[in-house]
Amino acid sequence: MSTSETKSNGSARVGVYVCHCGKNIAGKVDVKAVAEFAKGLPNVVLSREYKFMCSDPGQELIQKDIKEHQLNRIVVASCSPLMHEVTFRRATAAGGLNPFYFQMANIREHVSWVTFDEGMATKKAKALMGGAVRRVVLHEALEKQRVAVHPDVMVVGGGISGIHAALTLADAGKKVYLVEREPTIGGHMAMFDKTFPTLDCAACILTPKMSLVRTHKNITLWTYSEVAKVDGFVGNFKVQVRRKPRFVSEELCVGCNLCVEACAFKEPKFPDEFNLGLSKRKPVYMSFPQATPSVVQIDPETCLHFRTGKCKQPCKSACERGAIDFEQKEKIVEVEVGSIILATGFKVFDAKRLVQYGYGKYPNVYTSLEVERVVNASGPTAGEVVLKDGKKPKSVGIIHCVGSRDERNNKYCSRVCCMYSLKLAHLVKERTGAEIYNFYIDMRTPGKGYEEFYDKLLEERVHFIRGRAAEVTDWTMTREEEGKLVIRAEDTLVGEVRRIPVDMVILSVGLEARADADEVRRMFNISCSHEGWFLERHPKLAPVSTFTDGIFLAGACQGPKDIPDCVAQAGAAASESMALADRGHVELEPNTAFITDELCCGCKTCIPMCPYSAISFNAEKKHAEVNAALCKGCGTCVAACPSGAAQQHLFTDQQIYDEIEGLMSYV
Amino acid sequence: MSDNAKPTPTNPFEPRIVAFFCNWCTYTAADLAGTSRMTYAPNVRVLRLMCSGRLDPQFVLAAFREGADGVLIGGCHPGDCHYQEGNYKALRRYHLLQKMLRQMGIDEKRVRLEWISASEGERVQKVINELVDQVKALGPLGLTPIPVPHHGAAARPAGEAKEA
Repeated sequence: MSTSETKSNGSARVGVYVCHCGKNIAGKVDVKAVAEFAKGLPNVVLSREYKFMCSDPGQELIQKDIKEHQLNRIVVASCSPLMHEVTFRRATAAGGLNPFYFQMANIREHVSWVTFDEGMATKKAKALMGGAVRRVVLHEALEKQRVAVHPDVMVVGGGISGIHAALTLADAGKKVYLVEREPTIGGHMAMFDKTFPTLDCAACILTPKMSLVRTHKNITLWTYSEVAKVDGFVGNFKVQVRRKPRFVSEELCVGCNLCVEACAFKEPKFPDEFNLGLSKRKPVYMSFPQATPSVVQIDPETCLHFRTGKCKQPCKSACERGAIDFEQKEKIVEVEVGSIILATGFKVFDAKRLVQYGYGKYPNVYTSLEVERVVNASGPTAGEVVLKDGKKPKSVGIIHCVGSRDERNNKYCSRVCCMYSLKLAHLVKERTGAEIYNFYIDMRTPGKGYEEFYDKLLEERVHFIRGRAAEVTDWTMTREEEGKLVIRAEDTLVGEVRRIPVDMVILSVGLEARADADEVRRMFNISCSHEGWFLERHPKLAPVSTFTDGIFLAGACQGPKDIPDCVAQAGAAASESMALADRGHVELEPNTAFITDELCCGCKTCIPMCPYSAISFNAEKKHAEVNAALCKGCGTCVAACPSGAAQQHLFTDQQIYDEIEGLMSYV
Repeated sequence: MSDNAKPTPTNPFEPRIVAFFCNWCTYTAADLAGTSRMTYAPNVRVLRLMCSGRLDPQFVLAAFREGADGVLIGGCHPGDCHYQEGNYKALRRYHLLQKMLRQMGIDEKRVRLEWISASEGERVQKVINELVDQVKALGPLGLTPIPVPHHGAAARPAGEAKEA
């Protein structure tokens, strides 16, 4: 290549900085050699290596050099641009240059951390340096576009996370739309009886927040509704919400339940979803007494009127307010919001997948969530812990890690099961006096007051057997096992296989991503981890942000968490939304497309390429035009343009060709 | 030109591969491979694009012209594109490019298109290792570079290019 020619021409004066990042880079890459190599690259007038470029002295070094050496282009070879591009652009600007006269070479994530051989790592770092230096010469001065942020916020999911986020925002004066799929808000927390480790009553701490949501003047609550479509981008999302018909007017219903009493079905006949099928409900019902909004709904699948058309509609005549409306139709409402908080929660592991534990086969094998309902005073047994035959259990086995920490199912730890198992052990023992056996792999009780709670349970003489339970069976070997369920497990502390006969088995099921997490994340254009949890922008430093600006995460949709963590995260997500709304504008990366008029032949190839309809045809001038306010900077029109008229700021053809040359030409 | 064009027993063939990764999925996945310290073959040099839909097939040809022995294109999984459907456009162009490469006598196995999401650091490691092995097996491409005035920045003063 004719590199010497390039070196001699142009007014570009490039300053190069190679970061050691302590030992992170310097431990693998010969940073001195890379800096020395850069000195020989075209247009480079200065090249240094420094321990931490992102530190204040590192950034000041850039600023000082810009002035002293009349630098007009800056290259920093350090970590990923997704990490520190903003930092170094700011330093470049502080030195008096346009911030876009800057380019980064990623020699940490893409080189030092992934390369075994030091020589090869240094060589690769040099190649990336070559690309960065060649491209930065062609950089242009750009201005960031400002876009106003709509102050309203949408929260999707009305569990404790969504409720807390919505209330925080509403208290700060922001208008919030809270969208919940189920007929009531409350989520999983509303199903619990007590919360660990303090044993406060879940309803006592949750329901006041639920009614606050209902009455808050800044919150629009849409239950039995789902987000149908999301358009737009940070600051200006257009969201369509599908409001499913509940066949009862939310405005008119006061939740008196007279219609439920009047229903043609004199006795509840259908499995009650809220009690996980442990009790029955009528076709017209309210999920639970404190349901919010306090409005009944009619299930068309089971309602006689919908099924046969022959019902006399006693519910309708019973309602003095005329709230029952069999003609109610699905409605789509559209709103504009500046940011969206996803708090869509989790589902519990399906215990039927582990056949060895006999769930669905033996009636007295329960999941932990079912037991939450059983011990709940408003649950199917009014809080009485009884077996399916109505007797109190004398012994109960709790099997931990069902579907968690298991190579065949979910590898991860679900984080809450140890603690809720202890809580259930305490509650069941308190109410029945039964002997409780916990079968655990490891007890994981990190958290304020959690280890102390574990100690308390040990004092309460709850048994702990260390070993993953092998099976639950009704196959008995001794007389005392007869009529019981036998849990077979290896006690790894004693070193022998034990058989423990019990009356009741509780499976501590793990947490999983929602079944439709994949569809939801696509709708909101965010990513998922392998397990289906929504992916945060950075695991440590941006835990509630996503890769899509203006979309934030709260609660267990991001990964298993307990209530305090959900609430903390919801607060964090709310403050991120608030920061956006209060700033009032966002600055957009100026990587938009543009058309060079003289080169455009008016073929219109680019127009259908654009997913945002940002390109139009100017019939008078006979060439295409890009509306920069609509362009999101993907560059697909540029790739399609046959004449090179369409280009993308920061990614012009020429910049990319030079980067390719730079990557390949010098090493 | 490349110092590894003529492999010898003491200087084994180390291919040079240019990768075009989209900012949102594959580039982020490569960062994740880094933070997870997943070691992989050092032969791939990554160029970041905002979207795989920005990939002009001529970039692949340019990489070959500049001495690359292979090219890797990484985008978001179908349906996951940050820009709705840029990856589908990349796929269309990739198929046409494959056809063209065959006509030019370049083994199409030198170019690989992969969908790698932001959480798939392991996949970056796997795909890169596989492609490097594949290209090693194919041997050097061995094109003699011809300076092309249009694309060579050398032929253009920096100031002029800036205005374009």
